Amino acid sequence: MELTMKKAALAFGVLLALSPLASQAETLRWARAGDSLTMDPHAQNEGPTHTLAHQIYEGLLQRDMGGQIIPALATSWSALPDNPNVWRFTLRPDVTFHNGAPFTADDVVYSLNRAQMPTSSMKELLTSVKEVRKVDDLTVDVETNGPNPLLINNLTNMFMMDSDWTEENGVSAPQDVAGGETTFAASNTNGTGAFMLVSRSVDEKTVLKANPNYWGKDEFPLDVTEIIYTPISSAATRVAALLSGEVDFIQDVPVQDLKRVDDADGLKVVTAAQNRVIFFGMNTAADDLESDSVEGANPFADVNVRRAMNMAINRDAIKKIVMRGQSDPTNVITPPFVNGWSEELNALPEGTTADAKQMIADAGYADGFSVTLDCPNDRYINDEAICQAMVGMMARIGVEVNLIARPKAQHFPLIKNKTSDFYMLGWGVPTFDSLYIFNFLVHTTTEDRGSWNNTGFSNEEVDAMIVSLESETDLDARNETIGKIWSAVQEEQIYLPVHNQVLNWGMKEGITFDVQPEDQPHFKFLSLQ
Amino acid sequence: MPGERVLFMFATVIRRLGQSIVVLALVALVAFLIFRYVGDPVDNLLGQEATVADRVDLRERLGLDDPWYEQYTNFVYRALNFDFGISYRTGLPVSDMIAKRLPATLELALASAIFALALGVVLGIYTAIKREGWLAQFILSSSLIGVSLPTFLIGILLIWIFAVELGWLPSFGRGDTVDIGWWSTGFLTASGLKSLVLPTVTLGLYQMTLIMRLVRAEMLEVLRQDYIRFARARGLPDRVVNFGHALKNTLVPVITIAGLQLGLIVAFAIVTETVFQWPGVGLMFINAVYFVDIPVMSAYLLLVGLVFVIINLVVDLSYLIIDPRIRDGINRGNVST
Repeated sequence: MELTMKKAALAFGVLLALSPLASQAETLRWARAGDSLTMDPHAQNEGPTHTLAHQIYEGLLQRDMGGQIIPALATSWSALPDNPNVWRFTLRPDVTFHNGAPFTADDVVYSLNRAQMPTSSMKELLTSVKEVRKVDDLTVDVETNGPNPLLINNLTNMFMMDSDWTEENGVSAPQDVAGGETTFAASNTNGTGAFMLVSRSVDEKTVLKANPNYWGKDEFPLDVTEIIYTPISSAATRVAALLSGEVDFIQDVPVQDLKRVDDADGLKVVTAAQNRVIFFGMNTAADDLESDSVEGANPFADVNVRRAMNMAINRDAIKKIVMRGQSDPTNVITPPFVNGWSEELNALPEGTTADAKQMIADAGYADGFSVTLDCPNDRYINDEAICQAMVGMMARIGVEVNLIARPKAQHFPLIKNKTSDFYMLGWGVPTFDSLYIFNFLVHTTTEDRGSWNNTGFSNEEVDAMIVSLESETDLDARNETIGKIWSAVQEEQIYLPVHNQVLNWGMKEGITFDVQPEDQPHFKFLSLQ
Repeated sequence: MPGERVLFMFATVIRRLGQSIVVLALVALVAFLIFRYVGDPVDNLLGQEATVADRVDLRERLGLDDPWYEQYTNFVYRALNFDFGISYRTGLPVSDMIAKRLPATLELALASAIFALALGVVLGIYTAIKREGWLAQFILSSSLIGVSLPTFLIGILLIWIFAVELGWLPSFGRGDTVDIGWWSTGFLTASGLKSLVLPTVTLGLYQMTLIMRLVRAEMLEVLRQDYIRFARARGLPDRVVNFGHALKNTLVPVITIAGLQLGLIVAFAIVTETVFQWPGVGLMFINAVYFVDIPVMSAYLLLVGLVFVIINLVVDLSYLIIDPRIRDGINRGNVST
């Protein structure tokens, strides 16, 4: 009996698939913790904002679900053979914006200029750009100040707008929140992407529908015809909404609920390594720390103390107990996707707690010392719990850690203002290249570099190597320099790496969708069974 | 003498309005003193690639480096013109955001207040009259859950039972809404009403328990009075004694507490709205706190202050109408009885 039922169901399914009914609306209800901040594609440089923008707008190129760069509005690009300072982009023909206007080189020039305006949040990614020129309707040249082999990596979230639409609606400059401004582009869109904005109520509900004229119709599954996006800030409620079938797909599944979701009928959890590494930093440069028990000296200034602390971190225990298996222990502050990462760098430190304790004693702190650890409590997965584990591990080698956990809004200013002695930080690498890490975390703090380097580490030679990476076009020579910088970073032990985060997406059984390392679902890749 | 009464009420209103303005100014002042400790909005606004120069520039433009009293006077000056600025987080005018989200919060608060009052009074009377009954005892002891469990836990529990396990009610959001002018209401659609149930119970449970216990205690007190005994002795039916005489005399303290609790309902809504992703002003406030969205935070705190001030005023005035002792005491120059 059951068999015949199955057969009947199968036959019915085949019938459905063959009938025009199959192309009926397939709605995907999607929830994550936070909402996009604005629909203006150049006004915010932030994950959830880019994720929503990616459904509607497109760049010249983008990262696919595996993190690889693929063509989008440009079909090919390369540096000019006779001039390494110029990148030439060939644009995709016959692409139209959602309002029907054709996409041309003028729009590219216009958009890249808009993204460099003072009120743009994307301008830091384009600081090397000197000029953007139209060659013909489907060719654009981008000239940089000196060769920039990484320009492409900086364009993955650089969205193209329609110049006429933007001008007509008075949004030629990105929205300036600081200037007390609200603009047309902050709530209206006109992109080339696979989905079009139907309605949006901030923090409540955003509805998108498939773009019937999308250029990539034959290239992507495009099974979803409607997306309903609801931010649900409470993690328990988000999981409940998935379990009760009110949403089909959620990001940010809390680690303690992974098993419950995976065990539930008709649901699954898909997991992949995230492009985000978690580590601790120490102020190595101050003559005396504010919060420590040592008078007139800074224990972190001694590299042996730092190495001992690195040895004392039991990364496997953190993975097993704090992260419930959901982490990838590491000994280097770069995620594995990034150019410059290697197995050797990643290898965990050898040595036992006893060795570490001995090293601390040899450094002159046989009686130990105390120091304050600053930790965020709402930024990374189980951030505060990792710090608590750290307190216990450090106590075993005589370092008494006083933990202060704060919301991220209060934690990050400590690092930016260089006032923390010992702190937790996480880092994602949107360019997928080590230079991004060096620029912000290793270079001496100056006007435009080292803004997150609270360690006080400053080495002229390393700084010079970092700057040279920006214009080195010989990739082998460049990678060699990257290796040298990493050696210095590892040798000096200015950071104590912990692990790479693991991303979890919860979804209905019938959905086929890979986890994207930047936590950016691109729904045109999603297929349904 | 009705003329004098009107005059007295008018004087009370004027005096209370004066006090209210002082209270609101103080609320804003305290808020601004606190804001310096909630964090730095610049980080959220600029993203991680920002340079030191960008940060300095933005702080300058936002006026964050001005002394707090300057920021405060600027805020008060603009607030007097009903200008609360632009949200750092959403880039929308704060007054628009509040106007859009206030209906959700007020409808939830109203539903919770009705739930708490209606059920609280009915159960309070029941447990007072059937003091020894097992049902009354059961209601009383299970009502302890309402007071002792934190709101978010009750919310999650209800979601677990009624949304996940039973699948009867939605776990989040407000369902479909209908716009009447600028007011969006969830009262007119089936999904809107269904969405309202769990948040209403979560938000109103504490108040319901409180009112129930208050009504019960007051009823028991009144039922012991001589005039009730005389009423019974005269052979008046229970219904008349209980509702006509006893209940009426328990209402003054109930109204005071219920009124003040209504203010708390609006303020407590923060937790309930977060658990149920209810798109009201409470959720807006929580999001603002995470983002250090100072314009939204300051406007919200002023709004809550205003709600409390208005409710207190209404409660005070309602005494004058309900309680004959206070009402007539005015004329005898003897207000405190």
